[in-house]
Amino acid sequence: MAILQIREALRAALDEEMARDPRVFLMGEEVGHYDGAYKVSQGLLAKYGEMRVVDTPICEAGFAGVGIGAAMAGLRPVVEFMTFNFSLVAFDQLINNAAKLHHLSNGQFTLPIVFRGPNGAAHMLSSTHSQAFDALLSHPPGFKVVSIATPYDAKGLLKSAIRDPNPVVFFESEVMYGVKGEVPDEEYLIPIGQADVKRPGSDVTVITWGQGLPVALRAAELCAEDGIDCEVVDVRTLRPLDEKTIFDSVRKTHRAVVVAHEWPTCGFSGHIATRIQEEILDELDAPVLRETYEDVNMPYAENLEKLVIPSAERAREAILRVAYHRI
Amino acid sequence: MTASDASTSHGHPPKIPRTKDELLRLYRQMLRIRRFEELAARAYTQGKISGFLHLYIGQEAIAVATKEVMEPGDRVVTTYRDHGFALALGSDPKACMAELFGKKTGLVGGKGGSMHFFDRKVGLWGGYAIVGGHVPVAAGHAFASKYLGDGAVTFCFMGEGALPIGATHEGFLLAGLWKLPVVFVIENNQYAMGTPLARTSPVDDLTVRGPVYRFVTDRLVVRDVFEVREHLARAARRAREQSQPCLLELVTYRFRGHSMSDPAKYRTKEEVERWKAQDPVHRHERELMEDFGVTEEALEALDDEVVAEMQAAVDFADASPLPDPEERFQHMYVEDPSAHPELGPFDRTDIPALTVRSFDPKG
Repeated sequence: MAILQIREALRAALDEEMARDPRVFLMGEEVGHYDGAYKVSQGLLAKYGEMRVVDTPICEAGFAGVGIGAAMAGLRPVVEFMTFNFSLVAFDQLINNAAKLHHLSNGQFTLPIVFRGPNGAAHMLSSTHSQAFDALLSHPPGFKVVSIATPYDAKGLLKSAIRDPNPVVFFESEVMYGVKGEVPDEEYLIPIGQADVKRPGSDVTVITWGQGLPVALRAAELCAEDGIDCEVVDVRTLRPLDEKTIFDSVRKTHRAVVVAHEWPTCGFSGHIATRIQEEILDELDAPVLRETYEDVNMPYAENLEKLVIPSAERAREAILRVAYHRI
Repeated sequence: MTASDASTSHGHPPKIPRTKDELLRLYRQMLRIRRFEELAARAYTQGKISGFLHLYIGQEAIAVATKEVMEPGDRVVTTYRDHGFALALGSDPKACMAELFGKKTGLVGGKGGSMHFFDRKVGLWGGYAIVGGHVPVAAGHAFASKYLGDGAVTFCFMGEGALPIGATHEGFLLAGLWKLPVVFVIENNQYAMGTPLARTSPVDDLTVRGPVYRFVTDRLVVRDVFEVREHLARAARRAREQSQPCLLELVTYRFRGHSMSDPAKYRTKEEVERWKAQDPVHRHERELMEDFGVTEEALEALDDEVVAEMQAAVDFADASPLPDPEERFQHMYVEDPSAHPELGPFDRTDIPALTVRSFDPKG
């Protein structure tokens, strides 16, 4: 076992997959000569050259489209958005082309492509640079959507995403690239579509992913002091969603809280709550509550930003409420 | 040249030598597209085709000339006005018509309709219905050609209405920056839906955009399919042999409205008649009679054959079954990668270097 940062685990996944399959190439702004805006791709240009670590001008619609066209022609592009905020100017490519062309061509063309980069709020970057696209990119059919929160998951899931024959949206986090964790020395893959119980427990199911995971785990620690034993389910993949793991946990605890770094209105957290009540309403002893961003654009000021993003303290309150515990 | 040149003579004697057989062959291909679409238009008014139906009538010489210069492995990426390219490239008219009818036997199984034709086996890499969105995708196909060294040329067609949108320029930029083997063709039919070029472009000559992307540019008024072929062949050669991207503007005219629901009131009858007077289909028809002694009867017989072929396509589409209900879910995701050879093993290691402009930080 090695202790790696998330950025190093992602880099290891890219490196291994590029070594394994010459069709795999990385493309995006600053991925090559600059060694990556967040140093995920550090050293890859020197190893693989400019055809496989492709620096692009600032033109997300252009290089997202080039990636799509290259994937249709048999390559396996990994397109890096410096952040998913900038993917907004490529949404036509993402939603009208990447997510649709396999179906629209009735299976004549395949799109083995990964769109990856940081998603969600970082720290004091204000509203245009602090957005969560979990729900937006999970909404149209056609993508697989992954969101990682540990080095182990980052490596195993990125390798699976690169090998997947379908377009995959792969969410990372600017503030989590330095998070460290154990990563096996030997090769491994984590299947897309499998949730992971990050903390077993018996009283309340806390469902989360990505940047929500550390908040959920901290809230679980706080609740332990209140005598409430939380089970934290990291869904890891938003589409396809591993509903079985969620439902199995809720069948055990009969209570659920979703902790999500995203807006509450039409959010993915709402989708999870809906699915629980559609399928296993009788198992619930309390309504499903959520701890998300507040329903507001992200302000710059540090104190305001802190109020808007999910907090372990507020998540704790939600957990205690569904447990009908005194707050 | 500008649109006003359309009123000049028919260009006799032709600048490009041709044989009777060759002329007959290309004339027939153009006529096939026209008759297919006339029957499609009729089926539309009968309620057998729905959605949007954008006709290519008037522009057929471009698709037919393109097929002439294509080599195996070459690709065409085009817009929602895509029937002409499918037929010219060799798609089965029955499958094309069935797609318009929304039938199981359609080119894409009834999932796409008129605006989304895909027929990989003939080199039709797609009809794209979001204006300009296909330009970066075409650059991506060309990027793959450079990466794999497969020698293929990607031909990317767009209307002049695609020039204002950003995606077009981002695709152009990357093709120029990386010197990709692609031929961009602006089919300037002079109206973006109902808006004339003068109200969307500060300049009449659209190829002036080319040099900023290091494209070789060329411009032609479409009157003669052989001329179009020659200009396309020159661009294709540059793309294939030198990986030199080209931008070709073909000034043309659609005789019908933007789509079936458009009576085209924004154009004068005189303007339409002026262009019809030099419709390549009619010009070549007269040429066959006047220069090659083909009789009116022979041309009528040819026309009857073509109409019969296209009527058979209509009959086939009419008689075809609707898609099975469960087919709506088919191909949402790749379920069986082994069904797609491009997803199989790949053992080449000879990936060439990308041509990027050199930059020396020391100046």
